[in-house]
Amino acid sequence: MRESIIMKIHYGTALGAVVLVAVHILYRITMMSFGDSLEYENVVANYKFIPYAIMLELILVLLSVHGFNGLRVILLELKQGKSYEKAVNYGCLASMAILIAYGSRTILMTSMGMT
Amino acid sequence: MADTQIAEDQSSAETSTSKIVTLRIAKSNPEKDSVTKFESFQVSYERWTTVLDAILDVKKHLDHSVAVRYSCRQATCGSCGMKINGRPRLACFTKISELDSDVVTVEPMSNYPIVRDLVVDLEKMFDTHKEMKPFMVREDTEITPNSRELLQTPEQVEEYIQFANCIKCGLCNSACPTMATDSSFLGPQALAQAYRYVADSRDKGKNERLKIIDDSHGIWRCHFAGSCSQVCPKGVDPAMGIQMLRGYLLGFRK
Ligand code: HEM
Ligand code: SF4
Ligand code: FES
Repeated sequence: MRESIIMKIHYGTALGAVVLVAVHILYRITMMSFGDSLEYENVVANYKFIPYAIMLELILVLLSVHGFNGLRVILLELKQGKSYEKAVNYGCLASMAILIAYGSRTILMTSMGMT
Repeated sequence: MADTQIAEDQSSAETSTSKIVTLRIAKSNPEKDSVTKFESFQVSYERWTTVLDAILDVKKHLDHSVAVRYSCRQATCGSCGMKINGRPRLACFTKISELDSDVVTVEPMSNYPIVRDLVVDLEKMFDTHKEMKPFMVREDTEITPNSRELLQTPEQVEEYIQFANCIKCGLCNSACPTMATDSSFLGPQALAQAYRYVADSRDKGKNERLKIIDDSHGIWRCHFAGSCSQVCPKGVDPAMGIQMLRGYLLGFRK
């Protein structure tokens, strides 16, 4: 992929995350006190509210993509070499996929009531 | 009246205003070992004495072995870049008096291989500069009987002329934090030159150049530190050139 496309995704995911994380935080502090919002039943209820669960999934994807691409950038600047750079590129992509899969599993299971 | 004026001027010129500065010169020879030694010399200087003058004074009278590269002595050739009291500067364009210090330390520029003492190897910068196709790219460069000069309005010249002042001294690359860790990064010098030609209305090579800089070690590895523009002795402002180029790649500029 062209580096400019990757960086457009990087900036786009950052902007998207700012918006969605703001919504996420506003939800947490406007519905009830922040302490109450962390109670077990309330957390589970969030996951069962499908639009909210979808938003959490989106935040997971945006920040995983952004964070692991950021890590890729840091590692590419730290050390150079053909095989090292290949390992960094594919390693970050794989870690990204694994994190998204694991996070999605939590969101999916909880929203379906498998707690 | 005129006679007295001249006499006064002469007498003031004869009054010695020279002061003494300690010049610390980093000496190393990577061909022998990796040791850097600092040697100190007491040098007298006037208000107008440059760091290069002082180094050449040492070389002439105190230590012939000091390796230093210079040519024009007027900030034109780009040969005499070095770290002066920790900051990349041209030795011929830096007066000792402006440094406001009793000790002046000169070291080779960071981010380049050292040849010896104050001389670094600029080969990689010249290579990345050439990669940017630093010339007009267009079909009709052959001169025919019908050829005409390529006209530009003052506004069109304004778009790039600042970037054409680059003397390839390499100070910007030496100040750049990305250059310090990413050995494959193109660097502010090359990127500023890519912009210099991309922004020239006579040039047709924009897409070729944008393709070259849009690489994993290209323009995106700039993180807006701005050190390049702070140290450039010719007011080129490579950091701005880089942001303008990003404008093309992100679709803000055509
Ligand atoms: C939502 C707020 C965020 C915004 C607006 C944001 C924005 C940015 C921007 C613009 C860059 C590019 C910087 C550059 O090229 O110099 C960047 C890089 C980076 N981001 Fe984020 N980011 C945010 C959240 C996060 C989070 C939560 C993480 C961790 C998961 C993260 C990890 C990184 C990493 C590792 C880099 C690479 C370091 C760098 O390039 O300097 N960011 N971010
Ligand atoms: S941009 Fe400025 S600092 Fe960099 S090489 Fe050109 S003249 Fe020197
Ligand atoms: S000697 Fe030419 S730039 Fe300093």
